[in-house]
Amino acid sequence: MSTTVRARVHPRTPSQRLRRLSRPQLPTSAIAGRSLLYAVLIVLAIIYIAPFLVQVATSFKTDAEAASNPMSLIPATWSSAAYERLFLNSDFPVWFKNSAIVTVFVTLGRVFFNSLAGYALARLHFRGRNLIFALLIAVMSVPGVVLLIPKFLVINQLGIYDTYVAMIVPLLTDAAGVFIMKNFFESIPASVEEQARIDGAGTFRVFWSIVLPMARPALVTIIILSFQGSWNELSHFIVATQSAELTTLTKGVASLASGQLSQGTQYPLKLAAAAIMTIPVAVMFFIFQKRIMNTTDGAVKE
Amino acid sequence: MSTSTRMARRSGIRGGEAASGWLFTAPMIILLGMFLVIPVLMALWVSFSDWNGRGSPFSGSVSFVGFDNYSALVGGGGLAEQDFGTALRNNAWYVLLVVPIQTMLSLFLAVLVNRQILRGRGFFRTAFYFPSVTSSVAITVLWLFLFSSTGAVNKLLGFIGVNGPNWFNDPSGVLHNILGVFGVQNGPAALTGNTFLGISFWEWLAGPSVAMSAFILMAVFTTSGTFMLLFIAALQNLGGDVVEAAMMDGANGWQRFWRVTLPQLRPTLFTVLTLGLIGAWQVFDQIYTGTQGGPGKTTLTPAYLSYQTAFTNQAWGQGAAIAFILFVIIVVFTLFQRWLLAERAVSARRMRLYVQTPTPGGSK
Repeated sequence: MSTTVRARVHPRTPSQRLRRLSRPQLPTSAIAGRSLLYAVLIVLAIIYIAPFLVQVATSFKTDAEAASNPMSLIPATWSSAAYERLFLNSDFPVWFKNSAIVTVFVTLGRVFFNSLAGYALARLHFRGRNLIFALLIAVMSVPGVVLLIPKFLVINQLGIYDTYVAMIVPLLTDAAGVFIMKNFFESIPASVEEQARIDGAGTFRVFWSIVLPMARPALVTIIILSFQGSWNELSHFIVATQSAELTTLTKGVASLASGQLSQGTQYPLKLAAAAIMTIPVAVMFFIFQKRIMNTTDGAVKE
Repeated sequence: MSTSTRMARRSGIRGGEAASGWLFTAPMIILLGMFLVIPVLMALWVSFSDWNGRGSPFSGSVSFVGFDNYSALVGGGGLAEQDFGTALRNNAWYVLLVVPIQTMLSLFLAVLVNRQILRGRGFFRTAFYFPSVTSSVAITVLWLFLFSSTGAVNKLLGFIGVNGPNWFNDPSGVLHNILGVFGVQNGPAALTGNTFLGISFWEWLAGPSVAMSAFILMAVFTTSGTFMLLFIAALQNLGGDVVEAAMMDGANGWQRFWRVTLPQLRPTLFTVLTLGLIGAWQVFDQIYTGTQGGPGKTTLTPAYLSYQTAFTNQAWGQGAAIAFILFVIIVVFTLFQRWLLAERAVSARRMRLYVQTPTPGGSK
């Protein structure tokens, strides 16, 4: 924007005069360029969206139609058989319930523990703070996939294998979240809390009723990341549980995808399950869309 | 104000801070220590032991076996070495293709949607980002359907007269297939005769299998949106004056992008490459959900092999050893990236050159 404005203010530079001379050609080429840009964007958008439309359409088809006509976006005969089977004749509701329980607890836990630790690392002066922060950075660089066997070992050793405790407690805090909260607390002025302290409020009180309400933007980031992270988590639940009552959506749908390939393809059923498990994160995404699209720290997917 | 009163006031505000500091960080320290640091140390012990999954790995019946688990993987000559070599080959091709493609595509998307005057900017950004929020399990299920032998992708290829492959059941290497078109069926003896990690050089050069290629496309599809947002943020932080100056100098859009915008995006480019590299070496969910390593072990990855070795075959020491080798690979790549980042000191100077040269030209 500013470039064009500036160019019009000084129309007499040599390059500008040259451009003036070639003006008559500009509109056609500009229109051509613009149309090309939109054409490329529209084609790309179709490529990105079409798979999901095909998914939803196929989930309402019969098995036979899903195989014979995999691309059509409108089923020839509408069938809700896949959804009926999922909700009435399968463990799907149990999976959904387990995912919901884990996600709620993990999100609450991370909001509280991450901000608590982030606040201490940003604002409280105590010996060992730098050491803790250095360890946090080191821990952040451990790739998650390497932790599969280690996590199982400790869960097994503690005797909590195959319980909700094993599913929830190890996820209650994450190094990256603490890091985000610490950075945020460092960015807000300390004067307000210092005033409260002079008035005699204790450290936790200052944190809880003064600092935390100011940290809403960062907390929203934590909520988005934790919700998405725990709802979509698979590997942790693979190593933490084995019983059918504790299966989450990710684990259940994965077993649906791999285990039942032999008994016919059942694509409508699988795609319906995958579509339903996408709805909560999609809703979350559309609620916080503005925030996700505008900031960088809220956007990094792990 | 005397020093002593200031000290007193200070300790008044800061009173009990040490205790609260430890109290506030205690949950994090306990949780991360218990479920991250201690487990890693336990697994390190297991990787040097012959624990078979029964009882505690610290009981008296489990013995220290030195580097046995590691040497079986990198020079044992057996199936373990061959599987490990295959997994490394598969994942190396995956990284080699996914990282550059997703970086270029996300930068391309970011540049396209970053224009100030663009109708439906929000819609396009949403469309490109949406695949990133879905779970890898859900996307894999969708991919298995789209890339099935009679699926949508093959239907689409059929329209342009291409007979699509049976994607997730096709173990043939893409590079081998391309060579096959030119009549090369078998590699030269120098390549087929010599092996590295249990598989021949000719097999190393097979390229990703057709099945793996479908996963490569999936990774590009799901990650390009996330990285696009990083690039958009970086593009918005760039000052317009440099581009403006280049414009005054008569640089066209192409030149402005390559010579002015791209050098300024270097830090973000490195972030994207590092995150991409780290992520691409950790392929697990897709394989667990989709192919379990098949067809013909061509979608086996070190992460999945480590899981399978420990949990299915009960060879816990070897599984843990694979995990630690993978850990080292990822750390080495990250350090390599850091080292390249350090080179920025030189390029920053070169960047300043770019920044400065247009100015005298512009004021002429």
